[in-house]
Amino acid sequence: MKQAVHLLFFKHHRLPGVRGWELRRALGPEWLDILEVLDNRLKPLDLEVRRVFEEPGEDRPEEARYYITLRGGVEQRTAKTMGWRIDDIAGLAVAVAYIAARGGKAPRSDVERVLGEKLPGWRVRANLERYIEEGYLEDEEGVLILGWRGRAEVDVDRLLDRIMRSKASREKLVKEGGKSLNSPRSEGDG
Amino acid sequence: MSRREELEAVIELCRAAAEGEIDPFTVDVDYVLSVIRRHYGEADSLEELCLDASALKGVALVLERQSGWIRHQSTTLYRDPFLLTRRLMEMDIRAIAEAFMKSWHPIVELEQATADTLLNALKYWEGLLPLEERLKGLELEERGVEALSREEAEALGIIAPGGFDETLREMWRDLRERGATDYWDWIGTESYEETLQRAFLTSYLVSYGYAALEMDRYGEHLILKPVERPGGQKGERRSLPVLIDEEKWERWRRERMGEN
Repeated sequence: MKQAVHLLFFKHHRLPGVRGWELRRALGPEWLDILEVLDNRLKPLDLEVRRVFEEPGEDRPEEARYYITLRGGVEQRTAKTMGWRIDDIAGLAVAVAYIAARGGKAPRSDVERVLGEKLPGWRVRANLERYIEEGYLEDEEGVLILGWRGRAEVDVDRLLDRIMRSKASREKLVKEGGKSLNSPRSEGDG
Repeated sequence: MSRREELEAVIELCRAAAEGEIDPFTVDVDYVLSVIRRHYGEADSLEELCLDASALKGVALVLERQSGWIRHQSTTLYRDPFLLTRRLMEMDIRAIAEAFMKSWHPIVELEQATADTLLNALKYWEGLLPLEERLKGLELEERGVEALSREEAEALGIIAPGGFDETLREMWRDLRERGATDYWDWIGTESYEETLQRAFLTSYLVSYGYAALEMDRYGEHLILKPVERPGGQKGERRSLPVLIDEEKWERWRRERMGEN
């Protein structure tokens, strides 16, 4: 268990996460049981062992990548301390949702256009670069796809579902006295 | 429009659809096929034949993308892109961010030094000579140029007894007699130094093509196989780093003693 914690929590390679076969090699044949026990122990801490298959159609546990992630969602307060502004997060949400709804690929210019509806051009470009640099998106010669971090951290199905089910959020916020952030300049351009 | 121009336009259209630049369903596959069919058999050079082949490959990629799209539409992940974009435009930035944060599970990753790492680093620091001492000039003794005899070089460990090539050949003969063998059983001996030496020589045995090193899918077992005719093997050559640390050697030795 201790070895599993060390492997999963600490970064060993350029990217975080550990391959299933690496875990099997280190933990022995009962590695999946060990991960299950660890996952249960992490539950009260709002953490989980997350399995991500990198290739579509792949289902062998040895080929998946394993991460420790937050089990629940992120609070806005926490996001701020992680260095994310609300419009950075919204921009990432729009980009991920747009790409996912188009079958996992979308031309970068289209994503820029959609983001440009609500964010100033310089912020769109800077944000996209950040999303790519951090692994949320990947740019394959002008076509954007989800990156390794996007696949590992974002529950895309849940995100799309939430967006589709969201009803007139603006009116709701106004009714609640919330401040509308739709204007590109409302978050401060600097 | 010439044959070449028409085919190139078709290839470009298919490429854009296959790479996701345009909706694959905007490509009129019947029209593309009719263009290819119309010019089929007119090719009179290898280059033009390649053009035909590229156009056919382009149509195949478009069909693959269309099929992928239909498959995606039939999954739970599918949401109508038009509706989704409209919904995103209607939503407030705060609401979009909130929807994302509910579906976002950031990875926990630590890069801090552990107590053990710090202790090891401290030990290293303690043993490290001050820079001044390290930079002190070496005490040099002026001597004339002398030739080193083979025996002296062997005694100093600069060259292998009998010569490097001969040692390699000797190892190769030995490996051929033993046949395919577990890597650790091959390099391992009772002394760690000798094990290192055998691992070093084995790396040349493999690099020079006298032996092949095979690893199972999970990197748990390495098998060394002799090559009867060095230089004759084909296929991809890859570099394979193998860690021979003392701990691993000790484990191998204990396992081996347990066997005997």
